[in-house]
Amino acid sequence: MQVHQQVSEHSDAIDLMVNMGPQHPSTHGVFRLVIWVDGERIVKVEPHIGYLHRGSEKICESEQYNQIVTLFDRLDYVGNLNSELAFCLAVEKLTETAVPERAEYIRVILCELNRIASHMLFYGVYGLDAGATTPMLYGFRERERVQELFESVTGARMMHNYIRIGGVKEDVPDDFHKNVLALLDHLKGGVDECDSLLSQNEMFLARTKGVGIINGEDALDYGVTGPALRASGVIEDVRVTDPYSIYDRFDFGIPVGSNGDCWDRYYVRVEEMRESIKIVEQAISNIPKGEISAKVRRIIRPPAGEVFVRTESPRGDLGVFLVSDGSDKPYRVKVRPPSFANLQALEHMLEDTYIADAVLVLGSIDIIMGEVDR
Amino acid sequence: MNLPEIIGLFLKASLLLVFILIVVLILTLAERKALARIQQRKGPNRVGFKGILQPFADALKLLTKEDILPASANKRVFWVAPLAVFLPGFLIWVTIPLAKEVVLANLDMGLFYITAISVLSVMGLLMAGWGSANKWAMIGGLRAAGQLISYEIPFIMAILSIGILAQSFNLKEIVDDQARWPFAFKQPLGLFIFLTAGLAELGRTPFDIHHAESEVVGGPFVEYSGAHWSVFYLAEYMNTFTIAVLTALLFLGGWQSPALPFSGTIHTVASLSWFLIKTVLVIWVIFWIRGTYPRLRIDQLMSFGWKILVPASFINIFITASVLYYALPDWVITVVSLGVIGAIFYFIRRGSLSGHNQNTVKIIKTSDIRAQLSNRTEV
Repeated sequence: MQVHQQVSEHSDAIDLMVNMGPQHPSTHGVFRLVIWVDGERIVKVEPHIGYLHRGSEKICESEQYNQIVTLFDRLDYVGNLNSELAFCLAVEKLTETAVPERAEYIRVILCELNRIASHMLFYGVYGLDAGATTPMLYGFRERERVQELFESVTGARMMHNYIRIGGVKEDVPDDFHKNVLALLDHLKGGVDECDSLLSQNEMFLARTKGVGIINGEDALDYGVTGPALRASGVIEDVRVTDPYSIYDRFDFGIPVGSNGDCWDRYYVRVEEMRESIKIVEQAISNIPKGEISAKVRRIIRPPAGEVFVRTESPRGDLGVFLVSDGSDKPYRVKVRPPSFANLQALEHMLEDTYIADAVLVLGSIDIIMGEVDR
Repeated sequence: MNLPEIIGLFLKASLLLVFILIVVLILTLAERKALARIQQRKGPNRVGFKGILQPFADALKLLTKEDILPASANKRVFWVAPLAVFLPGFLIWVTIPLAKEVVLANLDMGLFYITAISVLSVMGLLMAGWGSANKWAMIGGLRAAGQLISYEIPFIMAILSIGILAQSFNLKEIVDDQARWPFAFKQPLGLFIFLTAGLAELGRTPFDIHHAESEVVGGPFVEYSGAHWSVFYLAEYMNTFTIAVLTALLFLGGWQSPALPFSGTIHTVASLSWFLIKTVLVIWVIFWIRGTYPRLRIDQLMSFGWKILVPASFINIFITASVLYYALPDWVITVVSLGVIGAIFYFIRRGSLSGHNQNTVKIIKTSDIRAQLSNRTEV
């Protein structure tokens, strides 16, 4: 690659090329963004991915269905349970397995809590991107509470392998109900506190308002989904518009922005945490007793065929395309990761911005490289 | 100058260096503890009782680390840069009095000397940025140069108005002049400008743009490690202390205290502690700001500096001089200053008043969306 390249049309100066990443503190993993700058201004950007490619989709083809759940844990390593759910839903749809009510409720509760944990991580890291250290600690404090609950339920803090094909691994502990209620109480205060610390800060507003704008039409064209799309004013949430699991039973709100700038993308997530709390509240008060898993054979052999499911992961529309040839291993597993599609819009968002904005814009689409590279 | 005098000066300077080193060690721990308190955690608490030995452990770790020289770095510039940042900051201390009797050399043009010397550290940062042969370091170095030179102007202007008020550039005389009222009361605008520009000079939050970890990966310091990096670190904390001390001297009345029933050495010690208390207060404010605010963008920083701080500092000098020239009562300065501060905050919040801080995110109920969706399928 050329070190210096004439890319700007309006000046004779040779623009400086800088590598943001793969080793850079604020690229959220091993993402590489090549930036040509004219002083502080960005002239051109060129994203490079693939530094975390582990061939997950290919590995899936040589594993049995039950074993693949653990691989999905490692795709979106911040919203693990949501990834697990996507794969399990795909297999269940293919095998036409009916999941017991109790398992559905447990799944929804844990997935929504996972969404809160993921958004809390986003909140903290976004604060750090903007140069404030305290939000990071506040966000992690709240996330830690959720992780504690996960640990008591699934036995692991991150790679849970808890949602299984046909239900969940095991029933929740006896004090689950009490713990969730206490956690919700705590989270309500926590979200409010985080909100009041950063959202209306004058400098934060100055940094994020009107930066990295993308309108709804462009966002749809790029395939942007999730909070990043809703921030641009498009009402699209798989949980409501194409419901899966038992999401059609809950009443909650979909936060929708209007400017499509960094602040909207940030605040949509903050509001989403509040809405997730509402979902968990409704789910925990209606959770029925009963089985936690359908009768599933130890080695699953779905009938030959293909299926596509989409779910709303914390980052957006997570789709799984599964092809079975009737054996105990899938013929093909294709994941449609939201981060990957959202990342495409980065170049568009970074038009006419400064180096410092690149960090905030990248942060605002909340990518997880494990999911982008797979 | 004969030999004993030279030895005496040398000893005094060494003593000063030791004092600064101790202060820096305490400050690093204090900052980490203060930030921890703001962030609801404990901070360092393993080394020594409640972590009081943490700075020594840090220093030991830094000094035993390998000093890495990047292959394409300009060797001389790279190694000299830390010293070029540290030395100007240290030289300032020659003329800073900590109490009436505790000073290395009381210069008549003390304030002038301080402003002249402190600018030099920009050069060190630029050297570090250029010598590292790293693009991020270079961008950081240029940011530092732009930022420090822009904020030098309001910084010096704020000092100048103090000089006008006290009719002296001698720090001792300035403090003596504040026996009745600290200048903070007569010069609230000056204090505001001085602290803001001072923060920018230090490169601390919200002005830590040139060594922003999340943007330029530590800026000019990105290639440094071990002892040389620790010199930058030392300089940063020393300068923080310098700004706090200068604020206490120029605006908070220095060692002037309510009548103390002591005399001689005890009086010196008592007034010194009184002075340090004021300094600690200022330092705490600096830490507090660091724990609360995000960072500005470089263009926002520049426009704040040139469009708000520089005009405000000229207004400050103008009103101070006019009040003195026409022998108006001092409270006129106070009133006008407060008015200007109000105007500054109005300008900062102006964006907010025009709906800048409006919540553009609204929540749409699922029931509405579902109703819409079912309508669509029926049609």
